Amino acid sequence: MASSSSTGDAALLSTEGLTKSFGSFKACDGIDLSIAGGEIHALLGENGAGKSTLVKMLFGVLEPSAGAIRWRGDPVAIRSPAAARRTGIGMVFQHFSLFEALTVAENIALSLDDAVPIERIAKEAARLSREYGLPLDPNAHVADLSVGERQRIEIVRTLLQKPELIILDEPTSVLTPQEADRLFETLEQLRGEGRAILYISHRLEEVRRICDRATVLRHGKVTGACDPRRETVGSLAGMMVGGEVEGIADSGLSPGEAVLVETRALSVPAQTPFSISLEDVTLAVRSGEILAIAGVAGNGQSELFDVLSGETLVADAAAVRIDGRDAGRLSISARRLLGAGFVPEERNGHGAVGSLALSQNVMLSRHASDSRAYLAGGPVRMLKEGSVRETARRIVAAMDVRKSGEDPQASSLSGGNLQKFIVGRELDRKPRVLVVNQPTWGVDAGAAARIRQALIERAREGAAVLVISQDLDEIFEIATRIAVISGGRLSKAEPSATMTRERIGRLMGGIQGVDEGTELADAS
Amino acid sequence: MRLEIERRATRSSLYAALSPFIALALTVVAGGIMFAALGKDPFSALYSFFIAPLTSAWSLNQLAIKSAPLILIAVGLSVCFSSRNWNIGAEGQFIAGALMGSILPVMAPDWTSPLLLPIILVLGMVGGALYAAIPAILKAEFNANEILSSLMLVYVAQLFLDWTVRGPWRDPQGFNFPQTIQFSDSATLPPIYAGGAAHWGFVFALVAAVVTWFMLRRTLKGFEIRVLGESSRAGRFAGFSSRRMVYFSFLFSGALAGLAGICEVSGAINQLQPVISPGYGFTAIIVAFLGRLNPLSIVVAGLVLGLTYLGGEAAQITIGLSEKVARVFQGFLLFFVLGCDTLILYRIRLVSSRRASGEEAAQ
Repeated sequence: MASSSSTGDAALLSTEGLTKSFGSFKACDGIDLSIAGGEIHALLGENGAGKSTLVKMLFGVLEPSAGAIRWRGDPVAIRSPAAARRTGIGMVFQHFSLFEALTVAENIALSLDDAVPIERIAKEAARLSREYGLPLDPNAHVADLSVGERQRIEIVRTLLQKPELIILDEPTSVLTPQEADRLFETLEQLRGEGRAILYISHRLEEVRRICDRATVLRHGKVTGACDPRRETVGSLAGMMVGGEVEGIADSGLSPGEAVLVETRALSVPAQTPFSISLEDVTLAVRSGEILAIAGVAGNGQSELFDVLSGETLVADAAAVRIDGRDAGRLSISARRLLGAGFVPEERNGHGAVGSLALSQNVMLSRHASDSRAYLAGGPVRMLKEGSVRETARRIVAAMDVRKSGEDPQASSLSGGNLQKFIVGRELDRKPRVLVVNQPTWGVDAGAAARIRQALIERAREGAAVLVISQDLDEIFEIATRIAVISGGRLSKAEPSATMTRERIGRLMGGIQGVDEGTELADAS
Repeated sequence: MRLEIERRATRSSLYAALSPFIALALTVVAGGIMFAALGKDPFSALYSFFIAPLTSAWSLNQLAIKSAPLILIAVGLSVCFSSRNWNIGAEGQFIAGALMGSILPVMAPDWTSPLLLPIILVLGMVGGALYAAIPAILKAEFNANEILSSLMLVYVAQLFLDWTVRGPWRDPQGFNFPQTIQFSDSATLPPIYAGGAAHWGFVFALVAAVVTWFMLRRTLKGFEIRVLGESSRAGRFAGFSSRRMVYFSFLFSGALAGLAGICEVSGAINQLQPVISPGYGFTAIIVAFLGRLNPLSIVVAGLVLGLTYLGGEAAQITIGLSEKVARVFQGFLLFFVLGCDTLILYRIRLVSSRRASGEEAAQ
């Protein structure tokens, strides 16, 4: 891998006025960017700022409408991902494209442009994974691997192509803090070899920690270029959203006595071969507090959410209680009538229907709880579209949802704005119990701050708020107490004042397996 | 030089409105080419196929008779398809309704009462709904693919009808022809106006279309249908049950197909025969999609497809072509409708590669 031929200060890759238009809309508008060998270059921006479009043009997935891409100073046309790889650009995608039934080596073989014997790939992959500290068994089946290990496959598969520029799209969003630390070591090693890394992330702390330079995009234009190590998280976020982000007011919550939502020794077998079974989950959220559940994706969070919301019913009605009533056998509508509100992780096709208008998405979760306001005509149950629209307008105003048109399709909103709408839809009912899964997943900094603030306000007004999140910064910002979910088991909740990141990391490694957890913590 | 299909930012309402007409125009052009290939003058053939049937009161009555079952069935299917339940077996439910509705007129021919006709019609709906319940149960309880089960049940119904009219229900005075006795007057669905041929089935079709349109657009039930059709996960989040929707949509469309079946038998044929439908249940699938699952547009689409049946008969009589020509036209129409609908969500661009490389050279 000594093929690094960095040319010092000269840019490895640069773009001049790179533009991509979709109809009249310019997703990228005259972007100038230059990346040198031996640097980790951050690409920052809100959702919809044009990051993905830019990267897709660099990787040959989209054709630029105007502008030029230069590789070592010479103009190049990158017509396909294969052409990008030949040029020397590799990419690790946020969503993996792996076949679960195949082995690591077979998956790598599939992505290569030329036919290479599997044994040679296995040997090469094993060598690379050793060299870069990415432990990986080439003969393991992907189905048996953790998310972190799957990401290593993607990285090794990219490294096999000997790229000089590696693009990483949100690489740490699925990793534990320890796994992320290990990834950073690998990235620093690659930088030491003179390779360039384009690093896309929402996590500003990370960017400050490992990146040498940052380019900030907003509305398809470059709005800032800086050395992130000289900036604060606040100033970086400010460049992303334009103007300083409003800091969260100190939560200062004082929990009441009444337990509004709880589970008692809740055990639910896995519903599908791909889901996690919940084992002996006991939790209680009191009025006026926010209980946060930390954990790496795929450890039972969505299963727990489904059981709390009533999308999965449990055999023992008393295992789930809402506002003092046994709710395990109640439908989601009945739970809403008890005063509960739910915000699922997935926006499209779960929390909202993209092809329906915003006002119709209000009906989605509120047709039962607000039937008196929204339905008329007795058994005919006619929709009162006027009052539904009125609610939609109120939510849009309360949560500062940016949209085009009076009542647009939900799919036309950016991720952050749709999330604000979905959270606002539940808050507008003033629920006594609010269960939220990944409240700010893939949401820009401004919207995330708005949503967190709203959750705290709801708790202050006496609601019990349960937040399931992977984002530790978010958890420490809002939670009164913190529990960790791992392998379908939930740790005992501890006050956030006494909880530490290290302890959460250990608990993420396994609730019972404390030995394993300590080892991980030592390694980092 | 290449063609590129590019997703539009928002769906184009212009093409949503235009697409059926473009499809119709393309169908006419393709049909003209087909007639020319068969050695007929395309213009006069198209005239006798599409225009001539609209020029007399008799044939307009025939048009109402042919389109009534198409509209009734397609309106039911619009509920199924909107909720992503693929009922392909309306032809079987049509026959089941006709059989169940014929029980009284065939087995108790002497009973007359003003209640007889309503009872017959209700029995027809019940027959269609019960027959549609089979694939619904198989899907909801055993997760069996409803496309296969509902389609296969069509052949079961067709053969059962064939056996019934050759066996137990054969008319003893019918010279051994495979048919039942004629329905009595009080079991016959009367014409809409005295002296006309078109029976009340056409009126039922219009009423069903308006009522279903109202349900789909203005009530919570319609909202539930749309949400479940878009995403069953979102439906579950809303507290709607996809399992119950399987039953609702199949029973609803089965009942309308059954009503179409008994109207056809009681109003037009007046007895059961081995074959009572020229494929209404299948053609109605085209009608439903041509009308973009909107019950009001389905009325128009039903009239257009009804016209192809009449045109097929005319083609047989006046230009000496097989009535199968009608099927070919229906195939053209469905093909072009689905093709043109692409334009609603996508735009087609001609990209000149020469120009693109020219730009690169300039840089």
